[in-house]
Amino acid sequence: MIKLEHVTKKFGKLTALSDVSLHVGEGEKVVIIGPSGSGKSTLIRCINRIEEPTEGEVFIGGELVTKKNALNIVRRNCAMVFQSFNLYPHMSVLQNITLAPMKLQHKTKREAEEIAYKYLDRVGLRDKASARPSQLSGGQQQRIAIARALATQQKIILFDEPTSALDPEMVQEVLDVMVSLSQESITMIVVTHEMGFARQVADRVIFMDDGAIVEEGEPDAFFENPKNERARLFLSKIIR
Amino acid sequence: MKSMSPIAWWRFELLFSDWRLFGKAFLVTLAVSGLSLALALILGMIFGLLSRSKYRVFRIIARVYVELFQNIPLVIIAFFMFNALPYANIMLSTMTIGALGIGLYHGAYISEVVRAGIESIPQGQFEAANSQGFSYFSTMIHIILPQTITIILPPLTNQAVNLIKNTSVLAMISGGDLMYRANSWAASGSSSYAPALIVTGALYFIVCYPLATAARAYEKHIINAGLVTAATEDAIVAVTDSE
Repeated sequence: MIKLEHVTKKFGKLTALSDVSLHVGEGEKVVIIGPSGSGKSTLIRCINRIEEPTEGEVFIGGELVTKKNALNIVRRNCAMVFQSFNLYPHMSVLQNITLAPMKLQHKTKREAEEIAYKYLDRVGLRDKASARPSQLSGGQQQRIAIARALATQQKIILFDEPTSALDPEMVQEVLDVMVSLSQESITMIVVTHEMGFARQVADRVIFMDDGAIVEEGEPDAFFENPKNERARLFLSKIIR
Repeated sequence: MKSMSPIAWWRFELLFSDWRLFGKAFLVTLAVSGLSLALALILGMIFGLLSRSKYRVFRIIARVYVELFQNIPLVIIAFFMFNALPYANIMLSTMTIGALGIGLYHGAYISEVVRAGIESIPQGQFEAANSQGFSYFSTMIHIILPQTITIILPPLTNQAVNLIKNTSVLAMISGGDLMYRANSWAASGSSSYAPALIVTGALYFIVCYPLATAARAYEKHIINAGLVTAATEDAIVAVTDSE
């Protein structure tokens, strides 16, 4: 479904990703962990071309993603959930969710709203349809952002630290939605520090450090017995 | 014997008896204001967007326009069109000169307001739109500009107030506007400058003051509603403070 081949991303002199190759199968749930600055976010942002790789190639659904066709391929395959939600503040919750289906997928308002309510139910926020994002809590905003991502009905959904900006008491409501989502055939790549979540849903855990993938494996094996020294150190710091 | 005081009542009576002249001049001022504001908004939007273009050549064009018109006096633009262009066989009416000259001049300031407004929108909004597959153009239309317009409405209104006051430059090329009428009426008759200037000043005031007040109230409203922070709003207003 997603293939990265020798992807390198430099910001000026800083190398955020160096020669990363990764293959994610259809329906696979991949969790990426690692210290901050290790390139996790840059990696998934290279998948949907929010960042342009400096070198290397990205394939989505077998198609090579280029500068020219990137928008088109992303539009047909990927949705993304951001750390800071990035809801459109000038629109109601319902408009946030229906905008892309109407403008990009040419659905009628009625079709788009029907889909929107389906996913609002899914995240348990049907009653907030007419609210503005600023009237919602962080956890609610992120659940709306997930509904917005789901409403375009893509095969791939990318999560960039979806719970890192949330107050602790709101983390669980967002994780619950993501766990229920993982029951489906959708391909998920999740950058997160939530180890419980990783153990629960991941088919594969990827540990990154210094712009490279240094270890990957099944969650149980990885968390019980990490082979890499840096991974072991990292886990010992965040799991008490 | 008549009082010679500059604000003697008979001078005002004389002025009010000629109210039609002033009424007509007021309409000229309003018409030039409306036309030049429309032009300035269009130019400001175009050049504001160009200044955020990913193509360097567009950014340079926008920069040159802004710097040129922000750094020469408005009077030069008016005199150039009135006195110099006729030698190239381009004869423009004073009304046209007002609309074009003031429009060009304030378009440069509005361009900066638009640019600062777009730059104040968090990067995450562009990224969210990008991640959904919106093109640059649709991102602007559906997501960025609607938010920008809310934020820049107060500084834009301040620009409109400045623009209305600046239409008085037409007085220097016998433009038939309010300022010109006030001065020529007094000069050609009883030398009742004080009443003429007081009354025309009041006419500018009753147009500008409500606009300025509304801009302040709206600014307070959007800050309180959490649509923008006071710091962001100040930063955008500061862009045009150089005037």
